[in-house]
Amino acid sequence: MKKKLVSVLMCAAMTATVLAGCGSSSTTTTTDTSSADTSAADTSASNAAETTAATEAAADASADASASGDVLTIGFAQVGHESDWRTASTNSCQTVFTAENGYDLQFVDCDNDSAVQIEAVRGFIEQDVDYIIIDPIVSTGWDTVLTECEDAGIPVIVIDRTIDDSDKYVSWVGSNFKTEGLAAGEWLKAYAELKGIEDINVLVIEGSTGASATIGRTDGFKEIADREGWTILDSQNGDFTQAGGQEVMESYCKSYEGQFNVVICQNDNEAFGAMDAMKNAGVSYGVDGDVILVSFDACTAGLEYVLSGDINADFECNPLAAPFVEEVIQTLEAGGTPEKEVYMSEHWFVNEDILSSITVDGEEQELTVVDQAVVDAQY
Amino acid sequence: MNKIKKLTGMPLFLPIFCMILVMAVNIIYDVANGNFALNFFTISIRNGILYGRLIDILNRGSEIAILAIGMTLVVSSSAGTDISVGSVMSLAASFCCMLLAGYGVSSTNELAMPLIIGVLGGMLMGCVCGAFNGFLVANLNVQPMVATLILYSAARAIGLLLCNNMIVYVRVPSFKVFGDYVGIIPTPIIIAAVCIIIITLVLKKTALGLYIQSVGINKKASRIAGIKSEKMIFLCYVICGLCAGIAGIVAASRISSADSNNIGKNFELDAILSVALGGNSLGGGKFRLAGSIIGAYTIQAITTTLYAIGVSTEQAPVYKAVIVIIIVAVQAPPVKAFFKKWSAKRQLAKGGAA
Repeated sequence: MKKKLVSVLMCAAMTATVLAGCGSSSTTTTTDTSSADTSAADTSASNAAETTAATEAAADASADASASGDVLTIGFAQVGHESDWRTASTNSCQTVFTAENGYDLQFVDCDNDSAVQIEAVRGFIEQDVDYIIIDPIVSTGWDTVLTECEDAGIPVIVIDRTIDDSDKYVSWVGSNFKTEGLAAGEWLKAYAELKGIEDINVLVIEGSTGASATIGRTDGFKEIADREGWTILDSQNGDFTQAGGQEVMESYCKSYEGQFNVVICQNDNEAFGAMDAMKNAGVSYGVDGDVILVSFDACTAGLEYVLSGDINADFECNPLAAPFVEEVIQTLEAGGTPEKEVYMSEHWFVNEDILSSITVDGEEQELTVVDQAVVDAQY
Repeated sequence: MNKIKKLTGMPLFLPIFCMILVMAVNIIYDVANGNFALNFFTISIRNGILYGRLIDILNRGSEIAILAIGMTLVVSSSAGTDISVGSVMSLAASFCCMLLAGYGVSSTNELAMPLIIGVLGGMLMGCVCGAFNGFLVANLNVQPMVATLILYSAARAIGLLLCNNMIVYVRVPSFKVFGDYVGIIPTPIIIAAVCIIIITLVLKKTALGLYIQSVGINKKASRIAGIKSEKMIFLCYVICGLCAGIAGIVAASRISSADSNNIGKNFELDAILSVALGGNSLGGGKFRLAGSIIGAYTIQAITTTLYAIGVSTEQAPVYKAVIVIIIVAVQAPPVKAFFKKWSAKRQLAKGGAA
């Protein structure tokens, strides 16, 4: 009897937790983002908790839709919510495509599952939305579903990551990762010249294997490294996570003790991990240290470290795609043809005010010196 | 000859042998590169802390070792695996960080409530998840893999909801200590050691270990013999959940944040593998906890070795797979039988010659 009572209590506690989780999520979806989790219900959301949350939200959303007149309905199939960067990207869309601006945003979080994403896009076609925004989880396997979109007459805009096996979308809006890599290389060259550093020995902590950001940043930086004759001692995978960066750097500190003076981390989280590992190994880094630390992404936390001088330079990957997407949509609404590839403007952040600009690909580009105002303004 | 036989006859000979084999790769690599042969094994004190690859293995392997404790008990008692441990780790970490930072806060420099509440909360969350799994398996007789599949997919998502879909940073030195250092020793090593010691004492000093094994060997017979089989299985899952909770807190403390998407990712597989590498049958019944722990550190030794040798990232999983196949094959009964026969034959030949 006692045993049964305990099990029942435990079970009840479990259910309560699940419900509590759902409850808090639906309270956070405020008016302008009420459609946030909506169409997750149509897609095979992988878990019970999310589905419950989504169905609750779906009720309000459909009420919204019927009330509004000639709003533009936009379906957005987001990758997931794996990082601050992704959250900023989602927020960007949710603040630009609001009811006040004349949009109805159908947002689906695909939880890094490409099958869910394709189903989400099919769901948008069934709902007959006006535009579809996709941040493709994988770069291939899109032709069939994009043909379906084309047949339904719904323009597709791809953001951030790329689609390689189909060109049935109007526009791609995103960052030029190779340019980011090139910029990092050019900055390092100019910086080393200024500081009189001749021997450059680089350790790279890569992002997830096969990600376009990893490929672009690696290629761009390697191009400059080869041109300048720098030594890249090693290049290993930190999986874009802090724990990954920590573990790789821990190993680097032992394998290449005293041999390296530059560490390139392909995102901020890896840089945080690398800093932990170097601190423990007694390696000094940053502006006053022996090792030049370069990072990518430039999220707020990253810029805070640039400000404090722990990271020498941080190369932005702009997550705020929505304003650029809105421009594309406005062009289409006006009957124009938008450009096939729209590159977003990005900033290169540095700690020291000793260089004002660098030349990337024959183009003069400004460097932003980080101060508190810059940090606060960042996503 | 007799001494060797005695050695190979030891119950944990094979798991230990495999771990030594993995580490031996490093000696070969160091010698081939003209380094000091025992480079990999050198431990020094630098910057006020223990420093060396062996320390890295012990430190980084802590989470898997803690998970392996719970997994061994679950495998033994229910002849099934708990595949939710990785997700439960993430949930416990998220709950702990949410308590410490306050709901909806993405970064904090001061604790919203005492550290102990956050830590106990995380551990309790692990227990609750374990109890949920245990109830499904023990009382409702659901297949362990199916029962734990629920939390495998749901726990991570609940964690994200608790953290309001953000990575919650708790940048407080007192929280960081669980993943950092106490004196010169990495805290995760201490935590793992404490967990192992406590569970070993409980298993050795009470009849719990015997009960668990007997339930695993024959549930019905144990019940008839007077052991409450359901209660035993339920208890094992709760312990497994608790272990996952502790591992989750360590993982979160390491990066002073609750990164729900990445904490404990694929750890359930490593935990199951460590049980198997330790020479335990996944079919339940008899188990050797020490084997699982050695298995856990063997997995980490493989990872650290691959980093040390500088195997390129694309190829690393292939090497890992090859090593695992060899280790599992060496311990497979037919291979063992073959070696036994072979050595018997040799003995016979020797006898004949004399």
